[in-house]
Amino acid sequence: MSLIECKNLSLGYDGHEIAKNLNLSVNSGDYLCIVGENGSGKTTFMKTLLGLNPLISGEIKFGDGLKRSEIGYLPQQTAVQRDFPASVFEIVISGFCGSMGLKPFYSKAQKAQAQINIEKMGISHIKDRCYRELSGGQQQRVLLARALCATKKLILLDEPVSGLDSNATAEMYSIVKRLNSEDNITVIMISHDISAAVSYATHILHIGASCFFGTKEDYIKNQNTTSLEVAENE
Amino acid sequence: MSESLNQLYTYLQFPFVRYALIVGVLIAFCSSLLGVTLVLKRFSFIGDGLSHVAFGAMAVAGVVGLTNDMPLVLFITTISAILLLRTGTNAKIKGDAAVAMISVGALAVGYLLMNVFSKSSNVSGDVCTTLFGSTSILTLNKTKVWLCVVLSVIVVAVFIIFYNKIFALTFDENFARATGTRVSAYNLMIAVIIASVIVLAMNLVGSLLISALVIFPALSSMRVFKTFKSVTVCSAIVSVFCALSGILISIIISTPVGSTIVLVDILVFFGFWLVGNFKVRSAK
Repeated sequence: MSLIECKNLSLGYDGHEIAKNLNLSVNSGDYLCIVGENGSGKTTFMKTLLGLNPLISGEIKFGDGLKRSEIGYLPQQTAVQRDFPASVFEIVISGFCGSMGLKPFYSKAQKAQAQINIEKMGISHIKDRCYRELSGGQQQRVLLARALCATKKLILLDEPVSGLDSNATAEMYSIVKRLNSEDNITVIMISHDISAAVSYATHILHIGASCFFGTKEDYIKNQNTTSLEVAENE
Repeated sequence: MSESLNQLYTYLQFPFVRYALIVGVLIAFCSSLLGVTLVLKRFSFIGDGLSHVAFGAMAVAGVVGLTNDMPLVLFITTISAILLLRTGTNAKIKGDAAVAMISVGALAVGYLLMNVFSKSSNVSGDVCTTLFGSTSILTLNKTKVWLCVVLSVIVVAVFIIFYNKIFALTFDENFARATGTRVSAYNLMIAVIIASVIVLAMNLVGSLLISALVIFPALSSMRVFKTFKSVTVCSAIVSVFCALSGILISIIISTPVGSTIVLVDILVFFGFWLVGNFKVRSAK
């Protein structure tokens, strides 16, 4: 049984349909990259998976005992966060919020786990610093550490490298790759950067006028044939 | 000096002065706790907006001919506060615009109703008293003081129990929702609490003061402190200090209470702003 199974999914918000007939399945340990034009519905797809957007039609099934409160999420930054007074540790540990139900305070084990995740992201030296004073790359690592507090199985990343310089981008990609290969966390990532997507991912989902879902190898083959056809037509 | 202390002692013999001190400090404490969240969620002006809604509600009550307009006013303002805050960050019309819309709309409708269906000859006088004059911190009775004490205890308890949830929701509502926190329920709860604090405070200490109490302590402590916890604790201390000293000063030099508290708040803000700037400089 796969971790996530989508059948005949139609995407949209406020009644507009922006993509339809999506069929895909994500297995445990996969690294899925979602690519496509701006406005094609990549973020909408992710928000629909997370239950932030209602789905228009079709169905999403979670398998392998995956619960909604066990998904980690790295959203795009919001305007509120840029001047938010909070320490790195406060933000990271807030990742446990969804899994603690009505309990008012974090347990010792959760605090220790937050500390482990902070070390894993290599940000323990800035643990007590203020979030708004950090660089873009550091902020993304903080949010990734928070996402790790929420999950051990599946992490969804919405353009984690947008606005980062090339060094920070490369570091971000290698951190995500390591989470996927060493910690066996399934990754679903939205990316603008098709070349990076192709080099890191195991599967590709292309949302747009024509949708594609399959392994990276199929995607490359498919791309080559399309570009060949274009070349022949010219 | 000893003369003004004597004077202060004499004034403290009056129950209404003691009531003003208790209520002023409690409301300052509660609103500063909620103020941090409100300012960060871009709802700084909600106190002002809701007071205009209350004005509109009073006008409606006047037109309908209710002799006791309090229940209606409380009801309508609480509902509007909940409507404003419940939707959270995903609202179509964002915080500041929504507050402005509701506030101006209620003011216009209220004034129109008063004008068209006026029973008294002095319409502008009525408008003035309903907006600024009818409520004062120096006209409290024992029941209102107890009401305020009970509400404060509830607010503080809820704030402490749900502190971590409030933080998660304020920082990133979508993440909280995606990872399984029941965001709508918590938003509603926070909205109800904020609404009741603001509506009650508005009736006890006036709308000018409640806006200041929400905004100034939070902004002051954000100049200097860097973590959510320290900002919250500091703004509570600042708020209580300003309310207390403001009331005492106003008694000694006989100035209007509300405006004196706001003035102390402004001075403290400048102090914190200077310290914040100094800290940034010395860090570089």
